[in-house]
Amino acid sequence: MISKEEAKAILSKAIGFSKADGCEATLNHGIVGNIRYARNTVTTAGKSSDTSINITSYFGKRAGVATVNEFDDAALERGVRASEELAKLAPENPEFMEPLGPQTFAESKTYYENTAAITPEFRAQAAYNSMTPAAKADVTAAGYMEDGSYTTALMNSKGLFAYNSSTSGNFTVTMRSNDGTGSGWASRDFNDVSKFNAAEASQIAIDKALQSRNAKAIEPGKYTVIMEAQAVADLLINMLFNMDARSADEGRSFLSKKGGGTRLHEKIVDERINIYTDPLHPDAPASTWSAEGLQQKKLDLIKNGTVANMLYDRYWASQKNMQPVPFPPNVIMEGGTASLDDMIRDTKRGVLVTRFWYIRSVDPQTLLYTGLTRDGVFYVENGKIKHPVKNFRFNESPVIMLNNVETLGKQTRIGRQFGPGGALVIPNMKVRDFTFTSLSDAV
Amino acid sequence: MGAAALALPFGTTYVDAAGLLNPGLDAAAKKKLADVALNTAKSNGATYADARIARILNQFIITREKQVQNIINTESYGVGIRVIANGTWGFASTNKVTAEAIEAATREAIAIAKANSKFQKEPVVLAPVPSYGEVSWKTPIKKNAFEVPLKDKADLLLNANAKALEKGANFINNTLFLVNEQKYFASTEGSYIDQDFHRTWPYFTVTVVDKASGTFKTRDSFSAPVGMGYEYLDGLAKDKIQGPGGVLLYNNSYDMIEDATLAPEQAKQILAAKSVEPGKYDLVLEPSHTWLTIHESVGHPLELDRVLGYEANLAGTSFASMERLKSKSFKYGSPQVNFFADKTQAGSCGAVGYDDEGVKGKRWDLVKDGILVNFQAIRDQVGMLGEKESHGCSYAQSWNDVQFQRMANVSLAAGKAQLTPDQMISGVDKGIYIVKDSSYSIDQQRYNFQFSGVLFFEIKGGKIVGMLKDVAYQANTQEFWNSCVQVCDERDYRLNGTFFDGKGQPVQSNSVSHGSATARFNGVTVINTARTI
Repeated sequence: MISKEEAKAILSKAIGFSKADGCEATLNHGIVGNIRYARNTVTTAGKSSDTSINITSYFGKRAGVATVNEFDDAALERGVRASEELAKLAPENPEFMEPLGPQTFAESKTYYENTAAITPEFRAQAAYNSMTPAAKADVTAAGYMEDGSYTTALMNSKGLFAYNSSTSGNFTVTMRSNDGTGSGWASRDFNDVSKFNAAEASQIAIDKALQSRNAKAIEPGKYTVIMEAQAVADLLINMLFNMDARSADEGRSFLSKKGGGTRLHEKIVDERINIYTDPLHPDAPASTWSAEGLQQKKLDLIKNGTVANMLYDRYWASQKNMQPVPFPPNVIMEGGTASLDDMIRDTKRGVLVTRFWYIRSVDPQTLLYTGLTRDGVFYVENGKIKHPVKNFRFNESPVIMLNNVETLGKQTRIGRQFGPGGALVIPNMKVRDFTFTSLSDAV
Repeated sequence: MGAAALALPFGTTYVDAAGLLNPGLDAAAKKKLADVALNTAKSNGATYADARIARILNQFIITREKQVQNIINTESYGVGIRVIANGTWGFASTNKVTAEAIEAATREAIAIAKANSKFQKEPVVLAPVPSYGEVSWKTPIKKNAFEVPLKDKADLLLNANAKALEKGANFINNTLFLVNEQKYFASTEGSYIDQDFHRTWPYFTVTVVDKASGTFKTRDSFSAPVGMGYEYLDGLAKDKIQGPGGVLLYNNSYDMIEDATLAPEQAKQILAAKSVEPGKYDLVLEPSHTWLTIHESVGHPLELDRVLGYEANLAGTSFASMERLKSKSFKYGSPQVNFFADKTQAGSCGAVGYDDEGVKGKRWDLVKDGILVNFQAIRDQVGMLGEKESHGCSYAQSWNDVQFQRMANVSLAAGKAQLTPDQMISGVDKGIYIVKDSSYSIDQQRYNFQFSGVLFFEIKGGKIVGMLKDVAYQANTQEFWNSCVQVCDERDYRLNGTFFDGKGQPVQSNSVSHGSATARFNGVTVINTARTI
């Protein structure tokens, strides 16, 4: 970790060398460790670290960026001069926005000393705790753990300074029964490693692998589906990635309105749906400032089923006379009190899904996505799990999914496997008329 | 800020355009540094070691409509050292290219190998490889893209954008990706290999919007990512192909201005096209589309590490089991179907002189006359196939990533009988001709897939009768390739591909191309993807 004082001192020095109209410098520091295992044996393990400062200088609407890896006076000055040279040669960017002035940011508890102190031995032990019960259960484990500590700090010549240190970790494990007919999966995501237990997560995946053996085929079609929080998150994030106001104003988004304009403040999903970001949320703490130095604070995205806010970069906000809204640092979806068991008990006929896989856009107009179920799908009848079923391919839109909600359940923290942004806190959910279009033989 | 610095991957820095032309260390200096790693490894108990000194230079020119949004030049430079100690792999890397840092990283790699050996069940066994001594290889480029003035490159994109806007595009996003990978590999097997790879990928998307109905459609460029220099953008007349349906296609060079001029009209035609009636159709797939179907349903399932379960936690495993290979009778496709892997194809993204463990690039068969005959494997796994020589498809995206098995260029061989796409279409009664890839999805064992495209032409009674929209096809891999009844001949064989094939944890990108000629598949399930929200 680089302390706030150290970061401030280094960045002040860099900014002090500026001869441009303005200058902005971002310090990035990270130390990341990982371990990977498959076939019940460790395959690779590694550690990497990197520290750099990206310096952006501008003259009018011309900007240039250079990087330095060393922080003595000479290196910092070289970096500033290089960015100034690049800026002079760059084409004018009509959408260039001058940096923000001083801002105040709330403090978010994102750094945990015990996570920063994770050792290679700790990771090896986590892998061992995952592989050992697998071997005993006649199941094969493949998993990956990655953890890191990070510092980011931003300063500019208009007096803005922002600082955040954080730790995070993510663990995923796939357990496959040795007869090749069953597969289970579990994932854990944390800032504080004391909340992580590899054996507990691995046991869930082992149980699922054994329970999902010898799945039966049932006809594809529209089903009532009970989704674990991971499955909800897998589809939901695709909607959040598409809430950019500019695309909507340009007429090329699911939030574009017939005849022009956006669907801001229109009801688009069931009125029980509430989705917001809050970097101070205790289960998914995140940075309180964006890469541009905008405040990140509690903000509704969907309120009672209505589009409460769309994402505006600073340029587009200035064009549309709106407040800028940066990409949310985390996502919270409100849930209810129902457990998965409660949802199963209340279901006459349905399908229970662990997670989705290989989700790709089919039609950006309707946010139609295709993908498949994976690692545990079960047929539910008269309040009970009857038997495992073969995986399905779906073609569905998260907008349609959120209009067909039957029950919102308990929330779980979900790690972000792809794309920008931090963790999500998402409920289990039961929906009706979810569209499965074909069967897959994959296990 | 409008041009705010993005956080770059570990070990990557922003540089100026002149920095992209800095030649870096010469081979003799790199040999000296690599020997530090090899000698440190040997004297500390390693039974094998390799060192990769890599310098990766990228330039991205990003434009939309009338403006250059960003020009990003990056450099990533460092050394990765891989060792075998106690029969176990260990890897460490450093961005300090000095003898001291390389020695320390080598010691760290050995310490990691020894720590992990406690959990290793069977020691790593490497297939033999010849000692090549000091050799070099370079992508045979005609024009180094980094030597072309930045203004010329930006102007090309802006001129193409202007044409698209003039022809009715509401928007165009147009980007040029340029890559130069300078890689020095040395191993305790006695090879010192200096390689210089160049890749080029122009890519645009044109969008047309019908505000009244609130609908929009896009048409992507008909370009391909290539293992070539800037000559790919020459757009030579001999490389242009007049395809069925009035579609203009490109082979070994690309005319961006012309393609951007034609794209808006086609996007408008898509908006106005008939929505497809779901059902069974005979599909005629153009190579700019088929590459992705080959990539997902043939390239990936035939990777031996996937078959064995090493990728089970992310990408998945494979339906193409060892038992199916050993049976020598598994019908992967119809007798018309021949797939080969090739690390030497000129102009391809995957072409190398040697791979990232010093094995010479080569070509080998995967499916012969429809029967599964081989997988893709590297030095520590090829022995499991009973083979004594690696296939030479090991790759790491950077010096700070460990190398592992990556997909070679996997291609569908052209048909032996003389056949053009027009002749093929004339034999189809009810079908769809599909151009260019779009949406794609496949399960974790590569059985069930769904693909879409950019242009869809309805075929009735042997003739193209108009355009369709909302088309996607779903199939089972084995059934699909067994429904292949015809492949056009060598004259129609073309490559397409990607710079961004992801695999592994942490995920690494690989550049790969896939070739095919236009091919026909009978009775494939087509769904209609239109919805209302």
